[in-house]
Amino acid sequence: MPLHDFLIAPFAEFAFMRRALAGSIALAIAGPPLGVFLILRRMALTGDAVGHAILPGAALGYLAAGLSLGPMTIGGLAAGLIVAAGSGVVARTTILREDASLAAFYLISLALGVTIVSLRGSNIDLLHVLFGSVLALDDATLILLASIASLTLSGLAILYRPLVLETVDSGFLASVSKSGGLVQIAFLALVVLNLVGAFQAIGTLLAVGMMMLPAASARLITADMTAMIGIAAAQGMLAGYAGLVISFHAGLPSGPMIILIAGLLYLLALVFGPAGGLLHGVKPRRHLEA
Amino acid sequence: MDIAIRFSDLTLGYDRHPAVHHLEGEVESGALLAVCGPNGAGKSTLLKGIAGTLAPLAGSIALPRVKSRDIAYLPQAADIDKSFPIDVFDVVAMGLWNRCGLFGGISRSQTAKIRAAIAAVGLEGFEARAIATLSGGQLQRMLFARLLVQDAAIILLDEPFTAIDSKTVADLISVVSAWHADHRTVLAVLHDLDLVREYFPQTLLLAREEIAKGKTDAVLTPENLFKARSMIEAFDRQAQACARAA
Repeated sequence: MPLHDFLIAPFAEFAFMRRALAGSIALAIAGPPLGVFLILRRMALTGDAVGHAILPGAALGYLAAGLSLGPMTIGGLAAGLIVAAGSGVVARTTILREDASLAAFYLISLALGVTIVSLRGSNIDLLHVLFGSVLALDDATLILLASIASLTLSGLAILYRPLVLETVDSGFLASVSKSGGLVQIAFLALVVLNLVGAFQAIGTLLAVGMMMLPAASARLITADMTAMIGIAAAQGMLAGYAGLVISFHAGLPSGPMIILIAGLLYLLALVFGPAGGLLHGVKPRRHLEA
Repeated sequence: MDIAIRFSDLTLGYDRHPAVHHLEGEVESGALLAVCGPNGAGKSTLLKGIAGTLAPLAGSIALPRVKSRDIAYLPQAADIDKSFPIDVFDVVAMGLWNRCGLFGGISRSQTAKIRAAIAAVGLEGFEARAIATLSGGQLQRMLFARLLVQDAAIILLDEPFTAIDSKTVADLISVVSAWHADHRTVLAVLHDLDLVREYFPQTLLLAREEIAKGKTDAVLTPENLFKARSMIEAFDRQAQACARAA
């Protein structure tokens, strides 16, 4: 049956495709819900900044041990957390706002990272760091991705209420609790964790796409928080699956293909989204009585 | 006489420049106190200090009877993100933070309390409305409902009736009067002196330092108001460290 051949056979036949699918699903469960909060907090570009910020740490790990999971993850995590916590502290203790302090930190970090990468290795290695290798996930990477997804969902469950409060009315949270700063930094730490996990699979440049595109799309589809988070995760998973299938049959790189599918879903939501898409409100309906 | 708030040689300010200077005095428990004074007199700053969001430059604020979390504070321009997809009920429910915390569910009696608070401020039927669709007056009513749910012993209101129509002011004043009848301590920063004379038994007239404090009629005299108005907004870049004895 051709449909079976097209949609299921690649995964039934090849273990690397099954691994890629499992990895993509883990990424899609954790990343897009974080993206929803980033968008609602008007920090949509934060993912991008942090994604670049983890480069020097990952590069240091790479310099020390070559292309291996442990050192690069630990390095990336350390660099990302330093930048996230540093910019959080700067934003709360100096006159600079969070966007400005984050921009400063990540630019320094990125320049440092590129310098370190250039110290050793060819451009092909750099391409690997930037674009990942979702088709070459080993056991250790899969376990890492699954652990990060679990940790992220648990973390979001704990942070959910104060994070919503901090986002809607940070002044109110500050007046009833001292946890605002902690919540902000814990949330950024989860973002860092996911980007470090994702860059193993689809690379730093595209990791952010998996987080933000489904989230932006979900915001256009619904105004309900719970539904938004569910739809974002579902779209991430759909993009992961469809991207892998298409990249398999067309012989195209899998990471960018996953993001392109997520981008396509976003464009559809942009046009048809019932909670604020382009066509929303174009068709005039009679106004209500009250 | 129970003391709710005590100021001891309190100086509050920004960047070492004082906005409230060497304030002494007490607020009785159960007082309904208006805080009046010209712009720049330090009224908002004083409320921030009591709410604990601004640390004193010198001196102290003591709350002998309540924990600092038992204060409900409505800032001047509440920096609510109106674009966030959340409805009126959920915002009012935020008032339960100190009781529910991270995971605590909202019990049936608490749900009833939230609905009662929404009804008390005249927003019945608006529970499921997104906050993005509220008018300025409705938003202020919602924030009062959240204060009601907070159920605090001390309530701080910073210019709660600015840009609010008279009907809404009347409704919200009745909420304030109910708090007073309930023996809660209420401090409100207000500019409408007629409103103060009508509803607030006590007034603190502030112009960086205390001009007068006590019964409203005795405080809001032409002489005192003139004194407050002639206060210079003394911000001196080269100001020396204040030498007044603590």
